[in-house]
Amino acid sequence: MTDTAALLTRRTLAGLAAAAAFAGTVRAQGKGTPLRVGLMLPYSGTFAQLGENITTAFELHLAERGGQLGGRPVTIIKLDDQSDPAAAPQNVNRLLARDKADVLVGTVHSGVVMALVQAAREKGVPLIIPNAGNVAAARELCSESVFRTSFSNWQPAYGMGLALAKTGVKKAAWITWDYAAGKESGEGFRDGLKAGGAELTQLLTLPFPETNFQPLLAQVPGLGVQAVGAFFAGGGAVQFVRDYAAAGLRDKFPLCGSGFLTEGTLAAQGAAAEGIRTALHYADGLDNPRNIAFRKAFREKAGRDADVYAVQGYDAAQLLAVGVDAVKGDMDADKQLFAAMRAARIDSPRGAFTLSAGHNPIQNIYLREAKSGENRMIGIAAEALADPGTGCKLT
Amino acid sequence: MTAAALLVQILNGLQYGLLLFLISSGLTLIFGVLGVINLAHGSLFMVGAYVTFMVANAGFGLWLAIPLALIGGTALGVLLERFLFRRFYHRAHLDQVLLTFALILLFEEGRSAIAGNDFHSVAIPAFLDVPVPIAAGFAYSAYRLAVLAACLVVAMLMFATIERTRAGAAIRAAAEKPEMVDLLGMDARRVHMLVFGAGTALAMLGGALAAPLYSVYPNMGDGFLIVSFVVVVVGGLGSVAGAFWAALLVGLVDTLSKVFMPVGAGAAIYVLMAAVLLWRPAGLFAAARA
Repeated sequence: MTDTAALLTRRTLAGLAAAAAFAGTVRAQGKGTPLRVGLMLPYSGTFAQLGENITTAFELHLAERGGQLGGRPVTIIKLDDQSDPAAAPQNVNRLLARDKADVLVGTVHSGVVMALVQAAREKGVPLIIPNAGNVAAARELCSESVFRTSFSNWQPAYGMGLALAKTGVKKAAWITWDYAAGKESGEGFRDGLKAGGAELTQLLTLPFPETNFQPLLAQVPGLGVQAVGAFFAGGGAVQFVRDYAAAGLRDKFPLCGSGFLTEGTLAAQGAAAEGIRTALHYADGLDNPRNIAFRKAFREKAGRDADVYAVQGYDAAQLLAVGVDAVKGDMDADKQLFAAMRAARIDSPRGAFTLSAGHNPIQNIYLREAKSGENRMIGIAAEALADPGTGCKLT
Repeated sequence: MTAAALLVQILNGLQYGLLLFLISSGLTLIFGVLGVINLAHGSLFMVGAYVTFMVANAGFGLWLAIPLALIGGTALGVLLERFLFRRFYHRAHLDQVLLTFALILLFEEGRSAIAGNDFHSVAIPAFLDVPVPIAAGFAYSAYRLAVLAACLVVAMLMFATIERTRAGAAIRAAAEKPEMVDLLGMDARRVHMLVFGAGTALAMLGGALAAPLYSVYPNMGDGFLIVSFVVVVVGGLGSVAGAFWAALLVGLVDTLSKVFMPVGAGAAIYVLMAAVLLWRPAGLFAAARA
């Protein structure tokens, strides 16, 4: 009895193993089977517009390639992560277990992205981050399966610090929300100032996402600084810039910041933003043929203008295409897939970029000035800037 | 810190606190009289702000937005009370929470459909858009001072109404001993409509005044709602006077903690709430309730 049972079990096991192996080959060789790309992005809430722009530009590039990558048709699965970190692990699991995604693309919110990074590190699923700028993803949590086509929070602020120091400012303060992106950009600003021979003397923070800035602004005249830098985004950025101007601080203490301070917010900020300098890896009116063609195509598809988020989504599709083409659609050849993506040179609307060891873009950080509703490029704040990648063991 | 800088910070605290009072006074009245926890109160604030934005977009200023918020708010409140909340007074709190949570979703969806998901700024009325120099190098906007004054006037009108008028007596009676309303020969349902209408109008007025200061954006009511609950709990559920002093206290604590101990400043008002609850479990001005 026991022998039979054992035999049966062994047979069953062997059968299962064979079936699994067979399924594996079918999946790997099935040229006709669609490549399943899971887009986990915010389609509702504060960041909905960002998620939409990333998605539209991602689809735009796929359409330019006839809807195919590496000879396989592509199925896109969209999941609204609502920028909710609490629901993030469950959402990632749904894309992987229920929707059988071969590739993950996401997301905007830096708290939510950690669940994606964790899944990519544990399960080896390729992940492309089209926005969230946590420095950890390019540093201690870097992984051969995790790629980013946006920025690290450190990069734009470093460029701003460096450019500010070059104008002769010796002491500056940084005002931001007390959360990862705010602090990481503050470190970039500090390092950039230092590289230019200046100093960050004050770090003022308030809890995320509060917008009662008055208590901080009233301290500015007493700080003994010559300029103020800031990291805020969205509604917080709108109000901060307006409050800064209303407090009469602009003339004595010029305001600058990471590009997000004036990105997609200029219409709401109005005259209060006029003349503010920011640094970012994209600017309005970049005069290269790639950018002009991209903006025209995006406008035709979406009926609105492209922005930095759209560029990041477009490049996520470009990077994925490089990898999947290199393995001719065989996603099981992950070593070659990752190697091809690591070595990719992306012809981005922002200007061509390659990836650093931590799989983060090495890119120009442009210095921009807000003028009549646009962030016009006025120079390059830092050329071919890479995140330091401290703690990343990849090469 | 110089005395002038401290004065600016105290003004900041008072102005923030008085704005909180507009929201929390309605919240506490509705709870005190109707016994309903209205989670959608923050959404009404949001509606007031968006109405102001749309009025401004159509080429009109605050002078039109404010009466519109007051009249429209009263009407909206009366309708909500008459057709929704009235059916929920005798239901469990959980049912009320579900109702008001559903209203939040409805208001936000409506906002999304009508005004979209973008951030919008609202212009400060030109004659108030002037800096008033208070401390060296720091200007206080005349509009902020005007908001401060307007909130004080509203607060005084409220106290006068509640303490000195027949309607106010009915409200006090309804909050403390509901049977008294019937004994006084008044229609309790009218009192309920009045209170809900007034509470809604106050929240929308708060939104209208706040729109030029804070811009308008999706879910803007959430943050204010949570802090308003702190105010209501600290002041004592159902007490308008409690809400007034608690709002000033919360505004000052929030502002000054940000200045003097930036690390952990976000927790200061919650520590305050915990301390008050330990000392006076029913809040500073607990209404005498049967």
